[in-house]
Amino acid sequence: MSTAERIAPPKLSTTRRSITARIIAHKTALMTLVVLLTLSLLAFAAPLIESLFNLSATEADIYNRFQPPSLTHFLGTDELGRDVFARLLYGGQVSLMVGMITALTAAVIGTIIGLIAGVYKGWMDALLMRLTDGIIALPLLPLLIILAAIDPGKLPLPESITGAEHFSLIRIIVILALFGWTTVARLVRASTLSVMENTYILAAEALGVKKFWVITRHVLPNVLAPLIVATTLSIGNVILLESVLSFLGLGIQPPMPSWGNMLTNAQDLIWENPWLAVYPGMMIFITVIAFNLLGDALQDIFNPRTPSR
Amino acid sequence: MPAYLFSRFLQAGVVLFLMSFLSYILIGLMPGDPIDIMLAANPEATAEDAARLRAVYGLDQPLLSRYWQWLSDALTGDFGYSRLFSQPVGDLLLSRMGYSLVLMGLSLLLALIIALPAGIYAAYRKDSFADRFINLTCFAGISIPPFWLALLLISLFAVTLGWLPAGGYALDEDAGIWVALQFLALPVLTLSLATIAGYTRYIRSAMIESLQQDHIRTARAKGCSEIAVILRHGLRAALPPVVTVLSLDFGTLFGGALITETVFARPGMGKLIYDAILGNDYNLALLSLLTVTVMILIGNLLADLSYAWLDPRISLHKEGSK
Repeated sequence: MSTAERIAPPKLSTTRRSITARIIAHKTALMTLVVLLTLSLLAFAAPLIESLFNLSATEADIYNRFQPPSLTHFLGTDELGRDVFARLLYGGQVSLMVGMITALTAAVIGTIIGLIAGVYKGWMDALLMRLTDGIIALPLLPLLIILAAIDPGKLPLPESITGAEHFSLIRIIVILALFGWTTVARLVRASTLSVMENTYILAAEALGVKKFWVITRHVLPNVLAPLIVATTLSIGNVILLESVLSFLGLGIQPPMPSWGNMLTNAQDLIWENPWLAVYPGMMIFITVIAFNLLGDALQDIFNPRTPSR
Repeated sequence: MPAYLFSRFLQAGVVLFLMSFLSYILIGLMPGDPIDIMLAANPEATAEDAARLRAVYGLDQPLLSRYWQWLSDALTGDFGYSRLFSQPVGDLLLSRMGYSLVLMGLSLLLALIIALPAGIYAAYRKDSFADRFINLTCFAGISIPPFWLALLLISLFAVTLGWLPAGGYALDEDAGIWVALQFLALPVLTLSLATIAGYTRYIRSAMIESLQQDHIRTARAKGCSEIAVILRHGLRAALPPVVTVLSLDFGTLFGGALITETVFARPGMGKLIYDAILGNDYNLALLSLLTVTVMILIGNLLADLSYAWLDPRISLHKEGSK
């Protein structure tokens, strides 16, 4: 076998039907990617945009509260006279960061647990899967509320962490990742179990290849596709949960703006200024639906033969 | 069957025990303690008063022995008093449970009335324009933050149109069912809209799988009408997975109810849990959390039992390992 042949990717089965499906899927994938990249660029260029258009997300200006949209304030101002557009951008930083870091962390935890369960099987598998079942059976939202409300000062953590400016950000990432790994763990375990049935695994083991190399060389590449899909879908889910907790006053703490905590005040002001409730929710909605559609499109792209679900 | 049930109850017992322990420890880590909150309300209290109160409430004991005390009381059916409401927590919970069950029941009903036909139709006309439309709508449904949906409904129906109350509940219990329904309308609409999308997707994928089976072709071949093929033969086989998912989804439904009740200020179990946790009301928070966990476990059990009942091929004896 020549080197070129060995490097060539395996041919995908390409019936006419699956090709059209993949093209359509690519369109969705492309569109959602463009939307998400634009959002990220805008959000992380927030300081630049602020200084460019002379806006302020943090500075109160009580003489200019509840301004309607204008050329100086694109989306108007809030109850403290802060620029809503600039706050949306900073809120976007928070939501996108929490969503992606949490989903990645959860994916790493889930992959490790799923791999261990799928490779070692036996009592290890039984134990880990009972643990996963147990966590899925817990009432998620009430538990998240408790975890988000506990006093960090009572934990054995150094002051430098608990007193940090971004502690509410770190905390929300940790607690959401703590409960977010179960889907990935089940998925990776199922894929691992089926990959481990292959004769090439037997061959590798017969050659005396270490478990670690079997996992990283043979198992991991085979579970990557479902892993990427699940992680993309979970980013949307995490952003939703973060916004719920922040809305309830337990997630991202003011003055740091997040789309969720911008809506907390908006509820009290809904009679006089209903539009304040519209923008942050719209941003959450667009971001989450983009991640969900992207995940679905990736599923089609990786797996052209499975019917769309 | 009895052996299966026994092992399930044992498992449920373990989950409940762990849940109670975990919750107790976590609530112990909440900011301040009940005594701090009491003292804040009484400027004349001295340090000695605080120490005496702590002793009275047993708060000077280490966390583990407090948990042990709580557990042994709980096992005799004594769950203690709520600090926020000054009532036995059992009574309090029972009086609030009705609100949540009505909200969740009506929402589930409304969601199914819409999701069943939508999911079945989408599966039957798979890849048609209607299917794609339903699919995209579902994506919108699972991506919309439920509390924002609530705010939008409030600003439309309460603020702009003025048809319905923006929240709360009928204080006067004799006001009649009409008034009660007016207060229920927006919360039920919120919760069902938040769940319809997920249900439709489950139903659609279960129906697609079911309609590909051989017996569907047989039914068509013997001349069944399309309606009979879809409902009697297709839906019959699609029901077990759908019922399972619905039963397993109880936790999500309850989470939705918590959000809905908090936004609309309805005195249900979800709002009670939220208030109890934030108000450092140990006994109340613990019992409500455990009650929800029990409900979820019952849901899981019902899922297994209904699966065996709807699909006679499944035997619970063999499923012992699962």
